[in-house]
Amino acid sequence: MDRAEQQGAAAPEATATRRQLDIRDHVEPADYQTIGTPFVDDAKMTARNVNVFYGEKQAITNISLDIGRNEVIAMIGPSGCGKSTFLRTLNRMNDIIPICRVEGEFALDGEDIYGGDQDTVLLRARVGMVFQKPNPFPKSIYENVAYGPRIHGLAHNKAEMDEIVEDSLRRASLFNEVKDQLDKPGTGLSGGQQQRLCIARAIAVSPEVILMDEPCSALDPIATARIEELIDELRENYTIAIVTHSMQQAARVSQRTAYFHMGKLIEVGDTKQIFTMPKHELTENYITGRFG
Amino acid sequence: MENTLQEQHTSQRYNAELEGLRSSVLTMGGLVEQQCRQALEALVKGDEELARTVARSDHQVNEMELEISAQCTDILARRQPAARDLRMVVAIIRMVANLERIGDEAAKVGRMARKLADGRDRESYCSEPQHLGQGASDMLRGALDAFARLDVDGAIAIIARDPEIDREFKTLTRLLMTHMMEQPQRVKNMLRVNSCARAFERIGDHAVNLCEEVVYLVEGSDVRHLSIEEIRERHSAWPS
Repeated sequence: MDRAEQQGAAAPEATATRRQLDIRDHVEPADYQTIGTPFVDDAKMTARNVNVFYGEKQAITNISLDIGRNEVIAMIGPSGCGKSTFLRTLNRMNDIIPICRVEGEFALDGEDIYGGDQDTVLLRARVGMVFQKPNPFPKSIYENVAYGPRIHGLAHNKAEMDEIVEDSLRRASLFNEVKDQLDKPGTGLSGGQQQRLCIARAIAVSPEVILMDEPCSALDPIATARIEELIDELRENYTIAIVTHSMQQAARVSQRTAYFHMGKLIEVGDTKQIFTMPKHELTENYITGRFG
Repeated sequence: MENTLQEQHTSQRYNAELEGLRSSVLTMGGLVEQQCRQALEALVKGDEELARTVARSDHQVNEMELEISAQCTDILARRQPAARDLRMVVAIIRMVANLERIGDEAAKVGRMARKLADGRDRESYCSEPQHLGQGASDMLRGALDAFARLDVDGAIAIIARDPEIDREFKTLTRLLMTHMMEQPQRVKNMLRVNSCARAFERIGDHAVNLCEEVVYLVEGSDVRHLSIEEIRERHSAWPS
């Protein structure tokens, strides 16, 4: 892993904070090597030697992966393979689970995101998240989008806030459908619209990275197609990491695909290569629907 | 990766569909191979009845081509195959087109053989393409074996034989031209024999195409339009 060492060495010393584990004995031996290209030249986020534990149980074993700038990276794998857990480490969503322990090095633009002085609220504004089930606040459509910018003080007056709300809704391809009912509750929208509202809400605070955890699993094919189209458009301005159970979706929306299996990152590569010529047998078996 | 992987899909029906597709191609291949053998036999032995049978048999191959293409479309639409399964379906779509053309070439030889069957002194020139035709038929059989066994080494060995067939065809053409100069009254029949030789040479080319698909199917590397050296190089770089 010469490349990993080089990239590790290139990171500033101060950011290389490694969280120490209390119980070392439970770390599974990292007796595997990720196949393919986990590292990219222009990384927006980097994760190195990541181990995650829920209590005594190790959920992720020694994963190192870059999220490239302005790329869509898809994370696939069977249930319980650690892909969602890994995604959640990228904006410290696992911090809210008391028994969860994370070790490893994480950086956003070279800056340690697990450092002692890191404000997690600010981090989650920079690294936004869209969840599996649309979860709008029980407030108006306008307020759903305005909430984030307001708590972060991004708008100085009503006109600025209106602009942010409209712009976010437009970017989420929702504005035209809701422009006449901005004061109606967000929960009254259809599932697909609610999910786009959640994306607008995530965009409103001008994040740099958007994490999506199965964003279309509760949506019909048309709503799914709209979200996928949106993901493609958003890529121009944002970096996106998406966890999905739909392999066709991974194949359609992403430039790189990472295959997780039992807490390990088995293979990463260009999406085209992963879906036509995977190198690892486990990847091949998973994407072709075989179980060995 | 083993050939037996086919049986490990979670969906049994998908297994059955892919297996059915593979065996349909082998059946079509067997049919085409038989056509080639019979075409050569009809030509060399002057068996008019056999020649007629071969000349008429390509409709069966055409039907199989349509049927297998439909099976492929069905699998693409309903299963969205990936990786090796996708490569197999794509390879088969291209393979059946080649097999169908081999069938056309064999039927062409059949038609020529029928016309040549009652030619005067036919023995003196009709047996000339025997060796070439045998070589092309062997290549076809080898290509189908390589597909059945997913044997890349076997496929590459067949691809390497193509220049031999091409050389033989050129030699045969020269020989037939000599015959034509010596016996101008036989020119028409000589040209027919030359068409047969040309058909066998084309069958060899199609067999090469089939082998290239076997390499693609197994290793994912598209080796069409590459030299045999380049193909060997790619194969040796492939992690088995």
